[in-house]
Amino acid sequence: MFSNLMGWVDARFPATKMWEDHLSKYYAPKNFNFWYFFGSLAMLVLVLQIVTGIFLTMNYKPDAELAFASVEYIMRDVEWGWLIRYLHSTGASAFFIVIYLHMFRGLIYGSYKQPRELVWLFGMFLYMALMAEAFLGYLLPWGQMSFWGAQVIISLFGALPVIGGDLALWIRGDFVVADATLNRFFAFHVIAVPLVILGLVVAHIIALHEVGSNNPDGVEIKKNKDKNGIPLDGIPFHPYYSVKDIVGVVVFLFIFSLVVFYMPEMDGWFLEKDNFIPADRLKTPEHIVPLWYFTPFYAILRAVPDKLMGVMAMGGAQGLLFLLPWLDRSPVKSIRYRGPYFRWALTLFVISFIVLGYLGTQTSDGTTLAINNTVMARIFSVIYFAFFILMPWYTSIDKDKAVPERVTSK
Amino acid sequence: MSNTVDNSKRRFLTTAASVVVGGAGAAAVAVPFVASMLPSAKARAAGAPIKVDISKLQPGQLIRPEWQGKPVWILRRSEEVISDLTTLDEQLLDPASAIEEQQPDYCQNPARSIREDVIVLVGICTHLGCSPIHVPKLEAESKNLGSEWKGGFTCPCHGSKFDLAGRVYKGVPAPTNLVVPPHYFIDDNLILVGEHAPKGVA
Repeated sequence: MFSNLMGWVDARFPATKMWEDHLSKYYAPKNFNFWYFFGSLAMLVLVLQIVTGIFLTMNYKPDAELAFASVEYIMRDVEWGWLIRYLHSTGASAFFIVIYLHMFRGLIYGSYKQPRELVWLFGMFLYMALMAEAFLGYLLPWGQMSFWGAQVIISLFGALPVIGGDLALWIRGDFVVADATLNRFFAFHVIAVPLVILGLVVAHIIALHEVGSNNPDGVEIKKNKDKNGIPLDGIPFHPYYSVKDIVGVVVFLFIFSLVVFYMPEMDGWFLEKDNFIPADRLKTPEHIVPLWYFTPFYAILRAVPDKLMGVMAMGGAQGLLFLLPWLDRSPVKSIRYRGPYFRWALTLFVISFIVLGYLGTQTSDGTTLAINNTVMARIFSVIYFAFFILMPWYTSIDKDKAVPERVTSK
Repeated sequence: MSNTVDNSKRRFLTTAASVVVGGAGAAAVAVPFVASMLPSAKARAAGAPIKVDISKLQPGQLIRPEWQGKPVWILRRSEEVISDLTTLDEQLLDPASAIEEQQPDYCQNPARSIREDVIVLVGICTHLGCSPIHVPKLEAESKNLGSEWKGGFTCPCHGSKFDLAGRVYKGVPAPTNLVVPPHYFIDDNLILVGEHAPKGVA
């Protein structure tokens, strides 16, 4: 009966074929480890954000007069509104934690390298879209941080020569951040950017499944196939990895729930204190910083004393990530068989990213401490850029080890 | 006479014609959508000039009326402040207000104002758009600005500093002096902000 029904569907739509291509007969390397949880977790958080976001729009009002109060209304008067809003706000930070770990996995196992350049590029565009989505959404509560954060970031476009001023005016739709800005950010946040993200997720996965997944050994499992053409080191994604990923989901939801229920503001890291004050366009808060996931780039922006150069350095810090597949000249993918130069470079890069992230949260009020922080930010910005700019050199002379023919299991 | 037709040339011409016509059409359709995101007629109307009465403004006092949704600062400066302004040139990036876009030509003078005692500024930092804080000479201690501070404005976002003529200090992220908006005195106690003086008005 069921097979008859599936036969009827399959004659009209490739349901079984898609199930097999992407799940039950998609052969993934058998040696996935801890780092391979974060792709599926990113999908989980995306679904969480979409579902909670839909329910938030049912009560939120994208109007400069009403927005702040409507968020408080969701928090106090809407049944379970506080939970839906905290899931959404915690989900935003969780999304970046998961994505940063997912990208780090790509770095250590060389998942960006040939033949997965497009997987990496689609992923980088996803990362850009995610940052845009987070920035747009942060204006919506219309608190002091929402307002002045948007004012600063939109002003970055004003640094571009010739067109800058008009471009910033066009983005705002008014002479300062105003009702028109809030309304259009709402439109971008709830429909335009999510559509782009969904499309890019599909492209990311199609590209991945076309070339096959990388693995902690960085060897291509498609080189060794059995007589049926199935990779010897491959196992079907479903049920083997779908079951494994459920373990990851349970652990993730455990930690996520602790934050949602016990520390949703995360002491100002996930929801900033000044954002509980309604937007006031005549008064800037004393201490203004973006949320933690932007602070490494914000620190680079502030490290450069020139306005246009600062904006270009910040853009370059993100742009260089796109070029990674072509900057890395080593034939070896995984860090397990990489030489010492790459290992040191990657370690320094991770340290500089974290330190810059910390410095980006610190004040820059002209005191001695702030001046020392600026010097630190300059040093670590140089390390950040050196990781990329020197990469063609240190990866080509690195003392890489021999890569095994087949994946190893321990 | 040859019957052969150059198909590749035909293919090229049809493709080129389709791309050009289609592209022009797409660009034309994009215009209303892009233009809809510009400031609306209502937002432009709110950007109309404002009249500000300064008859009650005391020396050292700053008022913040709103024009185009931005804070405008009108400050009455004492004799001491006006004489202090001339001592700061060494520390400033553009002491002579050489960058023309930052002020109307009638304010391109050492005090950056029409009348020395009254300055009109747009209270938005030229770095990234925050609104700086007015720190008079007497409050320098509490803000850690040192005994040399002659009064001015400091930006809470990225630490830019300006003097009481809105001129930017050296070594701070803001690249230019604060903007002086177009304005003129209707009479001694009434300023119109947002327009240059009509011809014939002094």
